[in-house]
Amino acid sequence: MSSTRPDALPDGGKLSALNDWVNARFPLKKMWDEHAAEYYAPKNFNVWYVFGVLSMVVLVIQLLTGLFLTMNYKPSSAEAFASVEYIMRDVEWGWLIRYMHSTGASAFFIVVYLHMFRAMLYGSYRKPRELVWIIGMLIYLALMAEAFFGYLLPWGQMSYWGAQVIVSLFGAIPGIGESLVEWIRGDFYISDITLNRFFALHVIALPLVLLGLVVAHILALHEVGSNNPDGVEIKNTKGPDGKPLDGIPFHPYYTVKDLVAIVIFLIAFASVMFFAPEMGGYFLEHANFEPANALKTPEHIAPVWYFTPFYAILRAVPDKLMGVILMGLAIGLFFLLPWLDRSPVKSIRYRGWIHKLALTLFAICFVGLGYIGVKPAVGIYPLLGRIFSVGYFAFFLLMPFYTRIDKTKPVPDRVTYHD
Amino acid sequence: MTAEVDTSRRHFLTVTTAVTGAVGAGFAATPFLASWKPSARAQALGAPVEIDISKLDPGAMARVKWRGKAVWVLHRTKEMLDTLPAVVGELRDPESVEPQQPDYAANEFRSIRPEILVVVGNCTHLGCAPIERFDVAPEDLGADWRGGFYCPCHGSKFDLAGRVFRGVPAPLNLAVPPYRFLNENSILIGDDTGVA
Repeated sequence: MSSTRPDALPDGGKLSALNDWVNARFPLKKMWDEHAAEYYAPKNFNVWYVFGVLSMVVLVIQLLTGLFLTMNYKPSSAEAFASVEYIMRDVEWGWLIRYMHSTGASAFFIVVYLHMFRAMLYGSYRKPRELVWIIGMLIYLALMAEAFFGYLLPWGQMSYWGAQVIVSLFGAIPGIGESLVEWIRGDFYISDITLNRFFALHVIALPLVLLGLVVAHILALHEVGSNNPDGVEIKNTKGPDGKPLDGIPFHPYYTVKDLVAIVIFLIAFASVMFFAPEMGGYFLEHANFEPANALKTPEHIAPVWYFTPFYAILRAVPDKLMGVILMGLAIGLFFLLPWLDRSPVKSIRYRGWIHKLALTLFAICFVGLGYIGVKPAVGIYPLLGRIFSVGYFAFFLLMPFYTRIDKTKPVPDRVTYHD
Repeated sequence: MTAEVDTSRRHFLTVTTAVTGAVGAGFAATPFLASWKPSARAQALGAPVEIDISKLDPGAMARVKWRGKAVWVLHRTKEMLDTLPAVVGELRDPESVEPQQPDYAANEFRSIRPEILVVVGNCTHLGCAPIERFDVAPEDLGADWRGGFYCPCHGSKFDLAGRVFRGVPAPLNLAVPPYRFLNENSILIGDDTGVA
């Protein structure tokens, strides 16, 4: 039996025979075609569309470096801090593997935030991609949990007090709060027991959850097809061969394009990793170079930069339970985006000035909250934090109204080119 | 036996099987969920600790580690005690109504002996360790500050009885742990058997 594809391996070759043997037993070619060679993606993707692939690249970096870190790391309160120093100083190339992992953590959030913003720009969360979006949000949640558990492992001062603060958030739940916190910690304080279980969650549970969700995210995406900067459904205009006229096969067109993005990304990644792995205290916080001390809180504690927008919202509210609820809501509202947006068009290109203004203000509020979250809660910052929090929530809660009254431009039937 | 399928019977069996399976899954989950509770060793390490206060001068504060938390033992001076009635108007819970202390400490001093304050040194907001700020009217805390505790994490303030001020993120007064005096000069923290 020979393949009918012109680019298939030459007939009669040993490899071709092996290929046929496998495909008679496992849908290798079918999967390759469905998700790469014959997956038709819109031909008008722009640079915003590289961040999905880049997050997969970072995921691989994290899995690989994480695996090698566990070979020298000791998840116990007596040894954790010293074992990280051991990796940094004594293990051959250990410093590089660890800096790859710590830079990867921040890089992960950078590409994921840009990936999410892309979806907001072009309405990629809209029907029929609601589940793609929701699964993506679940990935984001799992990623936050993964980052949080991982941050305790170096057992530095910021690890310790960061965990103390975040675990205490659950204590705000009326009635069961305190016992829930004790159950999460497994002790009366953040202890060796807590560290050990966070390690297990960080290296086994959440990576598995993340991988499963990433597979689901891609399967859902490939079921409905990719959105594009015009927000036009390419499946609506098919050629006589049944292929979308505005689509091109993911492989080789986008695999090659993504390779360029990956190379550029890795240059930036390596630059940070080699020349600024601490990133001025934003990627690796200075207080974390001191071993955890249960009796002394650092003078100024701030989470790592990727959590600071939510931390700033928590701090903006002078009430514990309300602060926790609003912080949860700040993340939860993202899940509702597909239903809050009532605009007849998807892409920002065909929306009116109100939505453009709203999205701009939201971006300013988000970045502003992130900035305030790393600053101490004194002076002008608490007030600014409250203003930005109001802006943040207004973007979501007023969305059903302003998207409906906003004047939109007519959407073309086919994708356009904007060079 | 008829050829027809009794779908309601089939439905009943499906549902009862599913429910039984779910109950079984619940039982099977119990050991895993329960394994997260503080272990016997963690509980044993959380045993009461004793502190000698004979060398604790008025105005001085000692820290004792109990269950991994810092417990503060503050020997309050006469001046310190005098600030307590003065700040009542600015407090969230001046009468210690919320159950943040054993009954024997639910008084104006929040202590057994007025001059000896025993509180858990964790902010009731998110568990940071507040700093003792016994200086009066410092620059950063304002002219009205009469001394107390200030949490550097989110700016919560407490008075010299660990009572929380209004308008800060912390919702409750600092917790008073169970404790009792073994004799004139020593306190057992974590155990209050026999204290009325």
